[in-house]
Amino acid sequence: MNTEKNIKTLIVKKPLKLDCGKTIKDFPIAYETYGSLNSKKDNAILVFHALTGDQFVTGINPVTNKEGWWSYAVGPDKAIDTNKYFVICSNVIGGCMGSYGPSHKDPDQKIFGTNFPVITINDMVNAQYNLLDHFGIDKLFSITGGSMGGMQVLQFISNFPDKSKTVIPIATTSSHSAQNIAFNELGRQAITADSNWKDGNYTSSDTNPGKGLAVARMAAHITYLSKKGLQEKFGRKLQEREDLKFGFDADFQIESYLRYQGSVFVDRFDANSYLYITRAMDYFDLAKQFNGNLSEAFINTNAKFFIISFTSDWLYPTQENKDIVIALNSIGADVGFVEIESDKGHDSFLLDVPDFLSALKNFLDKSYEKN
Amino acid sequence: MKNEFQVIADLIEKDKKVLDVGCADGTLMKFLKDNKNINIRGLEISKEKVQECIAKGLTVIEGNAEKDLKQFPDKSFDYVVLSQTLQAFLNPELVLDELLRVGKKAIVTIPNFGYWKVRFHLLFKGTMPITKTLPDEWYNTPNLHMCTIKDFFHFVKSKDIKIFKSLALNNLNSSIINESNLGVKNLFADLGIFLIEK
Repeated sequence: MNTEKNIKTLIVKKPLKLDCGKTIKDFPIAYETYGSLNSKKDNAILVFHALTGDQFVTGINPVTNKEGWWSYAVGPDKAIDTNKYFVICSNVIGGCMGSYGPSHKDPDQKIFGTNFPVITINDMVNAQYNLLDHFGIDKLFSITGGSMGGMQVLQFISNFPDKSKTVIPIATTSSHSAQNIAFNELGRQAITADSNWKDGNYTSSDTNPGKGLAVARMAAHITYLSKKGLQEKFGRKLQEREDLKFGFDADFQIESYLRYQGSVFVDRFDANSYLYITRAMDYFDLAKQFNGNLSEAFINTNAKFFIISFTSDWLYPTQENKDIVIALNSIGADVGFVEIESDKGHDSFLLDVPDFLSALKNFLDKSYEKN
Repeated sequence: MKNEFQVIADLIEKDKKVLDVGCADGTLMKFLKDNKNINIRGLEISKEKVQECIAKGLTVIEGNAEKDLKQFPDKSFDYVVLSQTLQAFLNPELVLDELLRVGKKAIVTIPNFGYWKVRFHLLFKGTMPITKTLPDEWYNTPNLHMCTIKDFFHFVKSKDIKIFKSLALNNLNSSIINESNLGVKNLFADLGIFLIEK
């Protein structure tokens, strides 16, 4: 799956104690950078990717040969302007784009599969923190990310309160809801129900639970869109046919679209990674780490927060983003908030939504001016 | 910048922490930030205006004063400013209480329905008054609870709210309002500016 030559990796020598109790060391973190770090080292932005993202934020992903997942937002003259800022993004641990994950081998040279330790959002950011030392960056200019990326943003600033000047969580939550967990469980069940999953040991038996993974992706993809967006794009349009065929082939365009989304996903993503990363999201509950008081998570930071949500996002709705704003306001933190009008659902943060991109750009550029 | 904002800015000392409720495009916020080193936050209901504030580099929260003030802790700002919006709330009394809870002091400005032009308009034309500070028709005005300077003056007194300073504004002139000149100011000012505390 990975063409290793295109992947930059940092081998983390320092042992990292995981939330599950196990310790990992000498593990790889795969990363990519865009733009250049200035001499003052004050222009670095650490971007955190979402569930199925990777370190290839923008430009052509050398492994998939497709556009990077945040190409609308990151690049020269874009909202996160790589002429100005040094953008770093790394694959989360548990992932499948080069960072330490279930497709890696254990010390006995056996592929981990489900013997890989269960990781959390906290473990992910603690692992990524090593990139700051690697680049000799004392303080980041900003940290940002949407969805699970936003969860990492919140956890990062809570763990390292003086390591970023600005903090931009997007379309996210401080605690995975029952509905979020339910959808993730649906995806995991689809994977583990595929007879090719083989208790996670599909690589050694040279199979791939592609059908289960595709169903997981299809179900998840629906949650990333809004009802209105789907209706406008597909409605009841038929797929290359004049009339219904009275069968179970893809009669409707939406069916064909979802099947396509499922099939291309299988080519680039590892089923076990999907299990691990969704589990990490489900375990995320930042307030619980502070005895139920979310404000406590941010009590030690002077960072400037800017929180963004989208009107049609029902996966991480505005209210859940606002709960973070409320927690920050209650401790007098510097926090701005905007809800962007968009009918593109949760995926809005990945798409060409001009109001979102201009808000992001203005916030970053104005905050950087004041450096 | 409009004269009202200059008068408000003059009431605020340097280096304070201020919340501008209904901050619109952030004109007053930017002035306070640039000229008085104010640690300024805004609350604004319009998405468009919020974007304008962000473009000015201002910290603004999209939200509704009637619902979203409650997230701020008691006395977390030195001043809370509310410019010409009190009359547009469903429950102005509640908002006023919230302003005084969140702010050590509050600066509230009100378009004066007792202004002579307003009175004349209603008296002679017999239609709902339209003036510079009240530019909308009765059917599309956001104003639900119009009051006069006198009404507001009596209202805050009845609630045991302390008035530090009350000013009458008429075009470019501002003057002090007190018990003895209240009747006159209520006739000749189109805007009242009150610095209050509870």
